[in-house]
Amino acid sequence: MLNYVLSRLLTFIPTFIGVTLISFGFIRALPGDPIVVMAGERGMTPERYAELSAQFGFDRPIFVQFWEYLTGVLQGDLGNSFVTKRPVWDEFFALFPATLELSFCAMIFSIALGIPAGVIAAVNRGKFFDRALMSTALVGYSMPIFWWALLLIIIFSGNLGWTPVSGRISLMYYFPNATGFMLIDSLASGQKGAFASAVQHLILPTIVLGTIPLAVIARQTRSAMLEVLGEDYIRTARAKGLTSGRINGIHALRNALIPVVTVIGLSVGTLLAGAILTETIFSWPGIGKWMVDSIFRRDYPVVQGGLLLIAVMVMVVNLTVDMLYGLINPKIRKR
Amino acid sequence: MPLLRIRNLSVDFATASGAFRAVDAVDQDIDTGEILAIVGESGSGKSVSMLALMGLLPWTATVTADEITFDDRDLLNMDRRARRRIVGNDLAMIFQEPMSSLNPCFTVGWQIKEALRYHLRLGRAERHARAIELFEQVGIPDPEKRLSAFPHQLSGGMNQRAMIAMAIACKPKLLIADEPTTALDVTIQAQILDLLADLRRETGMGLVLITHDMGVVAETAERVSVQYAGQKVEEQAVGDLFNTPHHPYTGALLDALPERATEKMLPTIPGVVPGQFDRPAGCLFSPRCKFADAKCKSTPPAPLGADLGHARCFYPLNANERVAS
Ligand SMILES: Nc1ncnc2c1ncn2[C@@H]1O[C@H](COP(=O)(O)OP(=O)(O)O)[C@@H](O)[C@H]1O
Ligand SMILES: [Mg+2]
Repeated sequence: MLNYVLSRLLTFIPTFIGVTLISFGFIRALPGDPIVVMAGERGMTPERYAELSAQFGFDRPIFVQFWEYLTGVLQGDLGNSFVTKRPVWDEFFALFPATLELSFCAMIFSIALGIPAGVIAAVNRGKFFDRALMSTALVGYSMPIFWWALLLIIIFSGNLGWTPVSGRISLMYYFPNATGFMLIDSLASGQKGAFASAVQHLILPTIVLGTIPLAVIARQTRSAMLEVLGEDYIRTARAKGLTSGRINGIHALRNALIPVVTVIGLSVGTLLAGAILTETIFSWPGIGKWMVDSIFRRDYPVVQGGLLLIAVMVMVVNLTVDMLYGLINPKIRKR
Repeated sequence: MPLLRIRNLSVDFATASGAFRAVDAVDQDIDTGEILAIVGESGSGKSVSMLALMGLLPWTATVTADEITFDDRDLLNMDRRARRRIVGNDLAMIFQEPMSSLNPCFTVGWQIKEALRYHLRLGRAERHARAIELFEQVGIPDPEKRLSAFPHQLSGGMNQRAMIAMAIACKPKLLIADEPTTALDVTIQAQILDLLADLRRETGMGLVLITHDMGVVAETAERVSVQYAGQKVEEQAVGDLFNTPHHPYTGALLDALPERATEKMLPTIPGVVPGQFDRPAGCLFSPRCKFADAKCKSTPPAPLGADLGHARCFYPLNANERVAS
């Protein structure tokens, strides 16, 4: 097991360098110039421009710039934001809890609904519920997030007035940001209604972000269940006189979960990508919104560093999922 | 009153190309403590008839019968709840592929204890003690350790022993073994058959042994039911069947036994079991039968009397010897 983890960690190295290169190249490939953006509409004298350019190192050859960036990264230095001048590292970890909280809730939402839905669809294969569910999943999967978010906002915030449109909590409440997780902080603050407000703010973003993973998980669970339900050991379970609830929910689901866990792991990447859009729509102060804002400002260090940290995060999650996979699949565990 | 009594059991499958009759008007009686072998080539409906009894067929199957009585209870008109209390408890079944018949995600011990908890409501310690006892009974060495093994860590023979332990966990009155040795090595096959015969003797349960191997029948069974293309074509006590088979199909199966071969080449039965589209109008065996005439090909024969092994044949073999003796 330890060997396995180490060999997996070794494969991180080329991926890591690749991601560094891509994130470095990506933002520079975009048209636009950070110094021009900074100057704004007032413009800037050529002398001042040259001075700033030298300060940021843009006057040196591109590969030298990359080398400096790479050596910095390897020493744990992601650079400072052009705009705020604060270290990228600090900004990222100040905002990351908000993204984590949203992604976590979206994941829980999609797993908690997706797995039971997939199981019920498989057990009722071809019947009304199955067909209805699978067409809904297809719609959910192919729906543009942006449009879906607007639709929910119009209905639940606009017409019904049930949910707020933006932010993480109502402005009425103020308490220290102890953990960065609003659900925990609001609860810890002891202020009446703070927690409820935090939950209300979370609902729509969670649904919007969780919709695609929900559809993917439901479909994967269904197809894995259908395959498992045809296996000999399910017949054995039925020959034991067990209830169908126990057969489907324990004997079949336990086996079907093996591919589902893989899909859940893979959807973490999708989720973080979706978070960027969702946070922008709901003004959710997480890394997604921070990244988008930085792209518009051509804040090179922030975009590079943010992409890199997200990529590392996804790699770590995938490794964790691989290990989880070994845990739930005894055939792999004992090898 | 026999332990199990089946009258006129038929099973039809709904397939994309229409209905297919896999089991056709089968009668079967099994007494307590008896070993009945059901023999026939692959596709004869042996498994399907017993799966119908267990209620394990998919929804595409329609089961009809005049009577299915087990242990004085009417299985035919029983609701699912009541049936679940019998299946896996008084009525148990083991299957051909031991490796795939056990759940790969749970230890064999867990799978055995599940039955004990579900039907017998034993406590944790009692379940463990009983599971060890069962493993010893089916000849699994080092039971304490093996209980925590996953199926893929055990050999096919060990898995089949574990399956048997699971099936007899609740002391069933009838055990159905569907080709329990077909997937195993020859040496292991004999061990498993011995085990089943021993268990039958120790527990007094009835045993239905499904097989396509006449050699297995000769060694183990007491009574034999020969099935062909979904029909029961003959039934006799094992000695009588081997001495005086009445149905030509039985005769052909016996001729194919290696120890009966007179020439170098083993005689085989030409042709295959008819399927959905090549079902003959008359006797189902007529296309492959060397005695068949025009009548056989046009009219389905009804079963003859008990003295002729209920053979479904117009021209039963060894009929005169039987009459003479
Ligand atoms: N689920 C099913 N759907 C359609 N046909 C089936 C199904 N199960 C079995 N059959 C058919 O029923 C016939 C009898 O099968 P089976 O009882 O398994 O034969 P065997 O005597 O070898 O055990 C075969 O022709 C088989 O193709
Ligand atoms: Mg079979």
